[in-house]
Amino acid sequence: MQDVTKTLTTRASRRGVLKGSAALGLGTLAASSLGSRFAAAQDEPGSLEVFSWWTSPGEAPALQALFDAYLAKYPGTEIINAAVAGGAGVNAVAVLQTRLQGNQPPDSWQTHVGHELVDQYVVPGYCEPITDIYESEKWADVIPAGLVEQATWESNQYSIPVGVHRGNGFWFNKQVMKDNGIEVGDTMTVDEFFAAADILQKAGIPALALATKDTFAAAQTFENTLLGAVGPDTYRALFKGEAPWDSPEVRAAAETYAKMLDYVNPDHSALTWDGATALIIEGKAGFNSMGDWAYGEFVSKNAVDNVGWVSHPGTNGSFVLVVDSFTLPKGAPNAENAKRWLRVVGSKEAQEAFNPLKGSIPPRTDVNREIFSPYHQWSMDSFAKDALVPSCAHSQASSPAFKQAFYDASLAFVTDKDVDTYIAMLSDAQAMDAETTS
Amino acid sequence: MAVTSPSIPQEIARPVAGLRRQRFTLERALSPLLLAPSAVAIFVFVYGFIVYTFYVSLSNWKSAKPDLSLRRPVGVIYADLFSQTRFQIDLRNTVVFTIMFLILAVLGGLALAILLDRHVPASGFFRSVFLFPYALSFITTGVAWSWIFNPETGINLLFDAAGINRLLAAFGTGPLKPGWITDPAVIWQLNGPLATVFPAVGDWSLKLGVPVAMIPVAMAAAWQLSGFAMAMFLAGLGTISNEVREAAALDGASDFRLYKDVIIPLLNPITVSVLIILTHVSLKIFDLIFAMSGKGPGFATDVPGIFVYEMIFRAQRYNLGAAAAIVMLASVALVIVPYLARQLKSL
Repeated sequence: MQDVTKTLTTRASRRGVLKGSAALGLGTLAASSLGSRFAAAQDEPGSLEVFSWWTSPGEAPALQALFDAYLAKYPGTEIINAAVAGGAGVNAVAVLQTRLQGNQPPDSWQTHVGHELVDQYVVPGYCEPITDIYESEKWADVIPAGLVEQATWESNQYSIPVGVHRGNGFWFNKQVMKDNGIEVGDTMTVDEFFAAADILQKAGIPALALATKDTFAAAQTFENTLLGAVGPDTYRALFKGEAPWDSPEVRAAAETYAKMLDYVNPDHSALTWDGATALIIEGKAGFNSMGDWAYGEFVSKNAVDNVGWVSHPGTNGSFVLVVDSFTLPKGAPNAENAKRWLRVVGSKEAQEAFNPLKGSIPPRTDVNREIFSPYHQWSMDSFAKDALVPSCAHSQASSPAFKQAFYDASLAFVTDKDVDTYIAMLSDAQAMDAETTS
Repeated sequence: MAVTSPSIPQEIARPVAGLRRQRFTLERALSPLLLAPSAVAIFVFVYGFIVYTFYVSLSNWKSAKPDLSLRRPVGVIYADLFSQTRFQIDLRNTVVFTIMFLILAVLGGLALAILLDRHVPASGFFRSVFLFPYALSFITTGVAWSWIFNPETGINLLFDAAGINRLLAAFGTGPLKPGWITDPAVIWQLNGPLATVFPAVGDWSLKLGVPVAMIPVAMAAAWQLSGFAMAMFLAGLGTISNEVREAAALDGASDFRLYKDVIIPLLNPITVSVLIILTHVSLKIFDLIFAMSGKGPGFATDVPGIFVYEMIFRAQRYNLGAAAAIVMLASVALVIVPYLARQLKSL
């Protein structure tokens, strides 16, 4: 409720500000200010409302960097930051949907690419295609095709990616590994993980830090394990509904996940994801399967020198995409500014300013690598050469209904480890999805 | 009637009667007029949206784009809903939570009220202290209690500090370390015994029993609302006159018998009101549990409120979420409607 009120007041005050600036107007005549509402695009910078869920200490400055890049090109624009707090957009999406259903869109909003973009916004008719901007800015030349495809529906592009997170990170505390005589190389297989897990278990340390209070980590750890077990092609096919969930390969993945769950911290259901990264920082757990926003936690707690990373066991050679992008709404109040905004956030300069602060890597591959941390340079190498696959836990690989079923099945599985029920729930969800889309 | 009374001359009686009639009609016209805005608002925003929600539950709306066409066969969504294991678990959790919460909150509130009624020193101060949790937001208390009942950070550290675990170790048993809100166990399962009577129960994936993680949640909710029950009982105790107590005392009733046989039966109407009000709070509970334990391990603390929220705003299965909301409304109505009917009859 509070979030809704906040957005509403933002909109109300925006009108007030508009009127106020029209009245004072830096020496403009009263008569011309009357016309400014209609001819804003040509003469006056006007305003731009950007909707996102970037409010945390790591996110807000990154968003500001995008605003600064915009203002450097189009000074004087009044930017309205309509951000709604809540990790992964849990609250923002509900607010945005209410606004869209009420025909009150912002000038641009943040969304993950893939199914979140297509199912929630493009198919219902809330977005304009931006294929012409893609062509004029030559974005397809600098953004990997596997990612452009995720922003595409029926051969038109609908959003411009601004930051890429890698979902299949496997983080560990170097000191804990050293103390227990565990060598971690550049990659890790499933067997290597279990060997390390047995050593840690003997030392009384949970080998896998898990946090399931906000559910997504239960789903994400499984999708990473699944990717490791079946490989990127079958993984994509599963989420597209082109491969069955009740196959021996998926069953093997679930069995591996069940075995991994024998090594988790017992209080996982009381922790949110940052609680699990804290276990790594404090040396109270061995490994944490998490997207690289965890890296931001390690940096902010001054623990980054003691933290190492590999790809989630078995997923070396794949890159799980968790990509933020911006859209062009149908009926944007300031359509011209919205298009300018998209050009700006797709530019090299803006992406170089945004990503080091956000802790992600730019979708553009023509950026200056030197301004990024060693981890992010590693991630950029993976992004350039590995198989790019969408994340279901982060709404990109499936419809929202399937994602919810995937979450629910994973959350139940973490407790009961019942492979048969898990496979049956996922198969049912796939059947339900096929029925909905047909 | 005064008009027909022969003792009053007609010329006096008539204007009086006329005046009365006039005032009466003005009042008659005024009160519906004053009530109209709120009546309209309630009909649109409460009853209108209840009807709309019910309609949505029967529709095909299950994506971001509203689709209000009727889904055939009509009402099949309710079969979908009740066949979902998660929703079955939610219903079980609601029943278990409601029972535990009512017992704790009502007994707690009654005990506090009786203690304060016995003129302890600074009873006014304690009354405020006990009522205060009721004034807090459920989110605030939910977060605080989630820390308390986290097995790694909360009350378990107190067990260590108090030396309980050292004592237990001396007896050769393991340390006392309950999982609290992280314990996925379901105790007192009825599936086995029921299956001997109804063999179909054997196939259920729902475990009929008490989810252990729900116990600390019920404790937190009772902590928050026992102050409210106490305030209600205190008001009731205030209406019991001293003569009753003195009469009981003269008859030689002990304090225990005084409360058991005289005062608590006299409080019955209050008890019913408290039970009804707390039951509807309990059936609709969302924020406390959402902040405290979330869905819990294996949905051990999931409730229909969280189900509705996730189905509508996360899964975008608007029809399924609306159906669950209607089931919640029906369950609350089951409790509230007989109560209101009784209240209205007694007016």
